[in-house]
Amino acid sequence: MIRRRSRRVRSLAPNYVILILLVVFSLGPLLVLLSNSLKSPGEVGRNPLGLPREGLAWRNYVEAWRQGDYAVTIRNSLIVSLSTIVGVCLISGLAAFALAKLNLPGADALTMYFLVGTSLPAQLFLVPLYFIWARLHLVDNLLGVIIIYWAVYSPFAAFLLRSYMVSIPSDFEDAARVDGASEWQVFSRIIVPLTWPGFLTAGLVVGLWAWNEFLFAVTFLHRPEVMTVTTSYYNFAGRYGRDWGLTSAAAIIMIFPVVALFLALQRRFIEGLTEGGLKT
Amino acid sequence: MTTHQTTQPRRRNWRNQLVPWLFMAPILALNVVIILGPSLASIYYAFTDWTGMGRARFIGLANFTRMIGDPVYRIALVNNLKWTAIFLTVPIFMGLLGAMLLAPIKRGQIFFRTAYFIPYVIASVVNAQIWRCILHPLKGIGPWLARQGIPWLNVAWFGRESTALYAIAFVDNWHWWGFLVVVYLAAMQAVDTQLYEAARLEGANRWQEFWYITLPSIRPTLVFTLLMTVIWSFLVFDYIYVLTEGGPAHASEVLATEVFNAAFGRFEAGYAAAVGLSMSLFCGIVIAIFVALRRRGWEI
Repeated sequence: MIRRRSRRVRSLAPNYVILILLVVFSLGPLLVLLSNSLKSPGEVGRNPLGLPREGLAWRNYVEAWRQGDYAVTIRNSLIVSLSTIVGVCLISGLAAFALAKLNLPGADALTMYFLVGTSLPAQLFLVPLYFIWARLHLVDNLLGVIIIYWAVYSPFAAFLLRSYMVSIPSDFEDAARVDGASEWQVFSRIIVPLTWPGFLTAGLVVGLWAWNEFLFAVTFLHRPEVMTVTTSYYNFAGRYGRDWGLTSAAAIIMIFPVVALFLALQRRFIEGLTEGGLKT
Repeated sequence: MTTHQTTQPRRRNWRNQLVPWLFMAPILALNVVIILGPSLASIYYAFTDWTGMGRARFIGLANFTRMIGDPVYRIALVNNLKWTAIFLTVPIFMGLLGAMLLAPIKRGQIFFRTAYFIPYVIASVVNAQIWRCILHPLKGIGPWLARQGIPWLNVAWFGRESTALYAIAFVDNWHWWGFLVVVYLAAMQAVDTQLYEAARLEGANRWQEFWYITLPSIRPTLVFTLLMTVIWSFLVFDYIYVLTEGGPAHASEVLATEVFNAAFGRFEAGYAAAVGLSMSLFCGIVIAIFVALRRRGWEI
């Protein structure tokens, strides 16, 4: 039988029109941010929304870097994000291995527990945790928030990694076990190398979350020396709120690494975030 | 050799029991210290007048009776419900629309997907600042439109009691709807294309295709996003705290900001724990309804 072509070839022009309008809605405000970051304080007052017309004020970036104390806060955020990535990958990798490969008694109940736990509000444990952390000198201490991120983000990463691990046939591990490998060796020499894309995805996502995180950072880090980019920017925007050139340049500085990394590795980010955004 | 053979299985059995727990130990220990322990402590403190320091005195249900009578709590709860209603409709509609328009497109699909997703990866403090400028009552888009002869949008969106909550919801949605486009697009691309071909042979129009094929096919994803929307709407904190701190005059207060203010602004840790507990209760109810409906055989 000859396959009939669909009777009408549907025009995609209306799709493009609406999709482009949505792009303007989505990216327009970011272009305003970028163009404001290059306006002098005088110009940003006269021309707050248009493109810069009176020359490019690159000085804003130098000023913002200095006034925003970015040398300190970017270092802090890098420490927090990288430690979160390393810790979460290790903790959740071990847990995912147990859940996927080791016949853990009660694995279903534990999965359920973590699923419910991740949808409970942080406000449930935030207040007592703050006062425990204050006693342990973990307030105003980067390690304090890093440990919290480990606890809060690991379940998501464990679910993600488990889905990678269950798809690996058990022949590989069984062969190694017959050769006398311990479970740790099976984990570190066979499972991790085979599931590294999962670790990469999980690491990118939790790194992004840690970089952007606000509630725990604003609760637990008060002194300027330990602030991360988000809480520092929050204070900065409050202090220099009138100078949009400066606040916009400061914003570009802190989102640039994130957006660049996202554009470079967007397939992984999207996979991890859509999975994690919905399953945590 | 024979003795070895008899002891080996038992020893291995014992070790087989223990080893998985060793792998689970770090995640479990962290969970107990950070989440489970303090959560249980919260349940206890909710019945006390704890200030965060010193001793906590047991005061029964006083925090809860105060909560029920407190107008701020009522405003916050109603605002969470309004938030839920907004986010169950606006971003879901925009997400479905974007994904539906994007699904048949081959040229530039990745570009559109990326463009919609970018605001989602940017920190809330930055997104808030962007819109604080654009919606500024003196220098933003409102006064500009007024000069072009459209005066009714020239409003201090974040500063007025009647608009603050909706303005914040607008900003939050701006960074959120593109995420849903990507989620729904992935679900739509998994739909069997033969269904669409068959529908076209029958002469179905775009709307009919969407209603009778796309929507039923992506229903699990859609229902899941609806469920998470409800839960997150009870937890919303960042955008509200950054843009208005719940003001003006509590007009944009939600439960999460009320917990924060009670605990760290007014040093009423016991009362804050009670409010936090009520938030968990609402989330628990939503999850329970979802599970119950599923058990009843609803395909969600």
